[in-house]
Amino acid sequence: MSATTATAVPRTEAAIGPWRLRWRRFRRHRAGMASLVVLLLLALFCLAAIPMQHVLGMDPDATDLLARFDPPSAEHWLGTDEAGRDELIRLMVGGQMSLLVGLLATAVGGIFGLVVGVFAGYFGGRVDALLMRFTDGMIALPLLPLLIVLGAVDLTKLGFSSEFARSGAAGFWRIVIIIAIVDWTAIARLVRAATLSIKERDFVRAARASGAGPLYVMPTHILPNVATPIIVAFTLTVGRVILFESVLSFLGFGIVPPTPSWGNMLNNAQELVTTAPALAVYPGLLIFVTVIAVNFLGDGLQHAFDPRSER
Amino acid sequence: MAEQLLRVRNLRTYFPILSKVLRRPVGHVRAVDGVDLDLAAGEVLGIVGESGSGKTTTGKTILRLTEPTDGEILFESRDITRLPQREIMPLRQRMQIVFQDPMSSLNPRMTVGRILAAPFEIHGVARGAEARDRAAALLRLVGLPAEAAQRYPHEFSGGQRQRIGIARALALRPRLIIGDEPVSALDVSIQAQIMNLLKRLQGELGLTYILISHNLGVVSHICDRVAVMYLGRVVESGPREALFFDPKHPYTEALLAAVPSPDPGHTRRRVVLGGDMPSPANPPGGCAFHPRCPRAMARCAQEAPATTTLPGGHMVACHLYPA
Repeated sequence: MSATTATAVPRTEAAIGPWRLRWRRFRRHRAGMASLVVLLLLALFCLAAIPMQHVLGMDPDATDLLARFDPPSAEHWLGTDEAGRDELIRLMVGGQMSLLVGLLATAVGGIFGLVVGVFAGYFGGRVDALLMRFTDGMIALPLLPLLIVLGAVDLTKLGFSSEFARSGAAGFWRIVIIIAIVDWTAIARLVRAATLSIKERDFVRAARASGAGPLYVMPTHILPNVATPIIVAFTLTVGRVILFESVLSFLGFGIVPPTPSWGNMLNNAQELVTTAPALAVYPGLLIFVTVIAVNFLGDGLQHAFDPRSER
Repeated sequence: MAEQLLRVRNLRTYFPILSKVLRRPVGHVRAVDGVDLDLAAGEVLGIVGESGSGKTTTGKTILRLTEPTDGEILFESRDITRLPQREIMPLRQRMQIVFQDPMSSLNPRMTVGRILAAPFEIHGVARGAEARDRAAALLRLVGLPAEAAQRYPHEFSGGQRQRIGIARALALRPRLIIGDEPVSALDVSIQAQIMNLLKRLQGELGLTYILISHNLGVVSHICDRVAVMYLGRVVESGPREALFFDPKHPYTEALLAAVPSPDPGHTRRRVVLGGDMPSPANPPGGCAFHPRCPRAMARCAQEAPATTTLPGGHMVACHLYPA
C-alpha cells in the first residue's frame, strides 16, 4: 500500500538546472530586473570613457581656466567644473573608480566578515568568544585616527617598489584595503547570528549524523541558508562604501584629485554649491541611483536564490 | 538468541546551567539520568514518555550527537562512549536518525537528489552519476518516484518529506535507526502509512529500531519492547504485551489511560495525573514520580526505588514491587 500511495508528487519543471531556475525567478522580479538594467547602463556609461579618451582625445584632467563653470554646450554636454574640465568625461572616469572601489572593497571585506562570522557561529565557545571580541575591538577603534595611520603607511617599507607606491594603482588598492578593514564587522556579526540559528536546525544535525565534518557542513548547509541576510548586507554595503570613499577622498586618503571619483567630485562641489549647484547634483544623483539600484538588485537576488518563492 | 547490537549502561547526559554574567555552571539539567537499555539485532524498541522526560536526548546521546556526561554505550560490542568524533565517523554508516519534523530536517535549498547523494559523498562511497543512481534507488525503496530527486523539499507533502528523511537515513545501509518522534509532526492518516513503511523496511533490510514517541498508541503496532521514561530515567520496560496489558508502574498506567480509544463504547479506568513534570534541573528526592503518583507511600519520598526484574523480562523501578 505504502509503495503506491506516495507517487502523486507535484509536477513542476523537472530537468532544469538550478542556475536557470534562479535566473527565471530573477526575471520575474521586476524591480530586480530594472535595477540590473540600470546598473548595466551605468557600467556602460562609465566604460564609454575609454573610447572617448582614446578615440576622441577627451582628457578628464585637461584644464581650461578661461572656461570655468561653463553651462552645458555642444562641446561640454554637462558643462565644465571649477577648473574648466569637462564634467561628463570626469563623471564617466570617476564612475569607474567609484563602482570598482565599491564592489572590490565590499567583496574583500564581505568575504572576510563571512568567514569570521561562520566560524564564530558554527564552532561557538572559545572560537566564538575570540573572534567576536576581535570584531568588537574593531568596532570600538576610533575610525579617524586609524584611517590617518593606514593612509600614511609607507608602502616602500612594506617591500613594494617606489614606482608602485607612487602609482595610481597603489592609491586604489590602499583605499580598497582600508575600507575592507573597517567595514567587515557588520557582516561578521550578521552572519554569526544567522549561523547560530541555522546550525540548530535538524538538517545540520542530520548531516552530522551522516558523518559530515564542519568543512562540509559550512559550505553546503550553512552558507546557502544564510545567503538571504548576506545578500541584503552586501548590497547595503556597496552603497555605503561608495559614500565612504568620498569621505576618505575628502580627508585626502581616498582617490586623490586630479583623478576623479564620484565621491571626491561631490565633496569638491560642496564649497561651490551656491555658485555651481549642478556640479554637486550630477555625482550625487549618480551615487543615489547606484545605491538604490544595488539595493533592488539585492532584493531580486534574494528572491532568485530562494527555491520557495513562487515562480 | 540474536546478537546484542546496543547496550547502554547508566547513561547520563547533563546540560550545565550557566550563570548570567560569568557563564559559570550553577547547576545541571539532568536530561538523562542513569538509563540502561539493551537492544538485540532486529529488535524494535519503543521509548515513550512526556515531553521533557529525556527520551530525545537519550536517542541523540546514543548516536553521540550529544555528548554523554557519564555511563557506557556499547554499539556492536564496542565502547563508543568516549570515542573521538573522528573515530565515530565510520560508525555513522551503521547508525542513523530520522527526525521529527521533516520540514526542518531537509535543507530547503538543496534538491532531494543532492540531499540523498550527500551521505555517499561524505563517506566517499559513490559520487556523480553513481550517487544519483543510488539516490533514485533509495527513493523507490521508500515509495517515491525517481523524478522526485530534481525537486525541492517544499514541493512535497509532510508524509512524502518524511519518506525522504527515512531514505536519507537508509542511504548507508545502517543497522540501527533511531526514529525521534518520526510521525508526531504528521497527520493521523499519514502516520499509519509511515509506520507501515518503517515496518516493511525493517523486514526487508533487517533493521533495528529505537522509536521515540510521546504516544504509546503510535509505537504499539511495531515495537517488540517498550521502555517508559520519566525525568531522565527508565521507570518500566518490557515486552509490548506485558507492558500494555499488565502495566506495573503507576506512571505507565496513567500513560496507557491517556491513549485515546477509537471505540466510543470502550471505557477504561481513568487515571488522571495532577500537576506537571518537575524540572529536571531540580528533581524531587526519592522516587522522582512520587509527587504525582496516585499510589505514593511514605517510603517513596525517602529513597529511590531500585529496578526489579519480573518474570518475562519485565522490569520496573517502583517500591510497589520490592525485589
